[in-house]
Amino acid sequence: MGFKEYCFKKSLWLFHFGGASCNNCDIEILDCLTPRYDVERFGMQLVGSIRHADVLLVNGSINRRDKARLLDLYHQAPKPILVVAIGACGCTGGIFAEGDTFAGPVDKIIPVDAYIPGCPPKPEAILAGIVKLLNKK
Amino acid sequence: MTSEIENIKTRFGEGIFQVAVRNERRVTLTVDKEKIVDIAGYLYHEFHWRFIIASALESNKGIEIFYHFSNDSSGLILNLKVILDKEKTEIESLTCLFEASSWIEREMHEILGINFLHHPNLEKLISDGNWAEGVYPYRKEPS
Amino acid sequence: MSKIIPIGPYHPLQEEPELFKLYCEGEIVKDIKWETGYNHRGIEKLSQSRTFDQVFFLVERICGICSTSHPFAFANCMEEIAGIEVPDRAKYIRTIIAELERIHSHLLWVGLAGHFLGYNTVFMWAWKYREPVLDLFEMITGNRNSYAMFKIGGVRRDIENNKITRIKETLDLVKKKTDLLAGAVMDDPVIHARTKGVGILTKEDIVNYGAVGPVARASGVAIDVRHDDPYAAYPLVNWKVITAQSGDVFAKAEVRLLEMYESISIIDQCLARLKKEKEGETEIVVKEVPEGIGTGHAEAPRGEVFHFVKTDGSNYPVRHKIRAPSYVNIATFRKSCVGQTISDATLSLAAVDPCYCCTERMAYAFDVETGKKIYNGNELLALSQSKTEAIIKRIKTEL
Repeated sequence: MGFKEYCFKKSLWLFHFGGASCNNCDIEILDCLTPRYDVERFGMQLVGSIRHADVLLVNGSINRRDKARLLDLYHQAPKPILVVAIGACGCTGGIFAEGDTFAGPVDKIIPVDAYIPGCPPKPEAILAGIVKLLNKK
Repeated sequence: MTSEIENIKTRFGEGIFQVAVRNERRVTLTVDKEKIVDIAGYLYHEFHWRFIIASALESNKGIEIFYHFSNDSSGLILNLKVILDKEKTEIESLTCLFEASSWIEREMHEILGINFLHHPNLEKLISDGNWAEGVYPYRKEPS
Repeated sequence: MSKIIPIGPYHPLQEEPELFKLYCEGEIVKDIKWETGYNHRGIEKLSQSRTFDQVFFLVERICGICSTSHPFAFANCMEEIAGIEVPDRAKYIRTIIAELERIHSHLLWVGLAGHFLGYNTVFMWAWKYREPVLDLFEMITGNRNSYAMFKIGGVRRDIENNKITRIKETLDLVKKKTDLLAGAVMDDPVIHARTKGVGILTKEDIVNYGAVGPVARASGVAIDVRHDDPYAAYPLVNWKVITAQSGDVFAKAEVRLLEMYESISIIDQCLARLKKEKEGETEIVVKEVPEGIGTGHAEAPRGEVFHFVKTDGSNYPVRHKIRAPSYVNIATFRKSCVGQTISDATLSLAAVDPCYCCTERMAYAFDVETGKKIYNGNELLALSQSKTEAIIKRIKTEL
């Protein structure tokens, strides 16, 4: 078992960063915590500080003003950290990619480990994405 | 046309350039930019109409601002249209009447470079970090 | 010594998430300032390079929670310019979608308000019973959010008559659960103690700031676009505008909870009428849009959404101005928060509409002089929750 696998063997704590998003992905991420999907049964939990997190969830298109904040967060994160881009905007910029203030997509700013497309992705898709990420060798 | 519109017309006869009535609930008045505070104040204080928002755009005639007011008891939306000279984009701020116009005037200042006189706090609202000062993204490219 | 407590910047509401800076002396908030621009996506500019059919998909993505109200207002606006009247069946379908959305949005708010108070049970339950409503959306439109139902002249998809039974069953369930939630909120002495008299907005404040929606209605200003400037099927069904007088956080919760019953009743009436209309007549074809200006508004769960469009006879808008309800409602924070304790201020902010992510992730308190962090988001939330616990203890001893 490598160091990275060792780090992500047990309960993953998630930190959620919403850029210039429409709030849909944010709400679907929260939805994963509520009784129907309940990710806490896998030991996953949203935490309030990036310093406690194993996974950084990024959704929404990133505008110029957000870019510095996202970089800050990434530098503050304990390494190794997994970055997941959620939603069409997080993966590619989506409908906002042609906007004047667009500075993304996320993978141009920080390295991304997994992409979960959809507008918004269903909670099932978010769960499936994270499970795939964990099984990635 | 409702009695209120007639009322405005008689009161501000010279200041109203044009009246365009689309239907009972949608009326546009083109007004003198010098009179905008008087007219808006009259709507707000006398009729108790609600200020919804203002929209600004650049056209061939200059910079146009539409101030949208709503009469919530009849559903009327009144647009007050003023046209500013492209060389001299200045107009009185409406913040002396109501707080509701504070943000939108800051926004119009950023996107089109309109200068609102006597605005208490004409700082950046959305552009900080997104685009540079002096760049007005909603202006047409100079040809 | 005055301290600055920033809340934000990532406010998950409409176009503009913001950074609130609370200027505090001790526990008391003395002033509040805000910075925006973190969520500026240039939608108004993007819209100018989209055809009218494409703009619907763009405005839907202004806000995910009220993703029908923006297309609704835009459709009203374009239909005013084109001078057309949509078929009755389309009107009913539009109304049903908008009201279903109001139900799920208000449930979401109730849950988040419960979370802010430290009642996580309310959060979990409200969100659990929001799911059946989202299932209905999935059945009708194919997506849980961002429904893509609207187009100029009608709707894209029909609600077939065989789906009506399932919608009714779900609504019955939601109604029962709303009774439960309303009972839990209205009869709880702790919630009364925590929310009454907090974050009061007077009628004058509402008029001055131009606030709209449940925020205005909770202060006794009965403005509701559905009633004042009726559109779609709202003039064809019976319902009433819910208002409350006190203007505090409790009144805002009351207005939202009671509005859910009105929404359920509106949908019931629309479904009954829908059965009588012929299936499939959901749109009229619009060949071209003439030159002109149009203003359209619609009542979103959070208040009035306003769109202004100028067209020049081509396929694209020349200028498209959008005003979301939070744009005016957020400005009222200066009135509702100043003079209160920090723990009440977070609640007052939440009462306008939930701001879960920002309080959860991005709220930090800095000491002005040393720059040292005092509170982070969870601690700020904990502050609010511990106040609730203290009230529970006090009430228990009083009993």
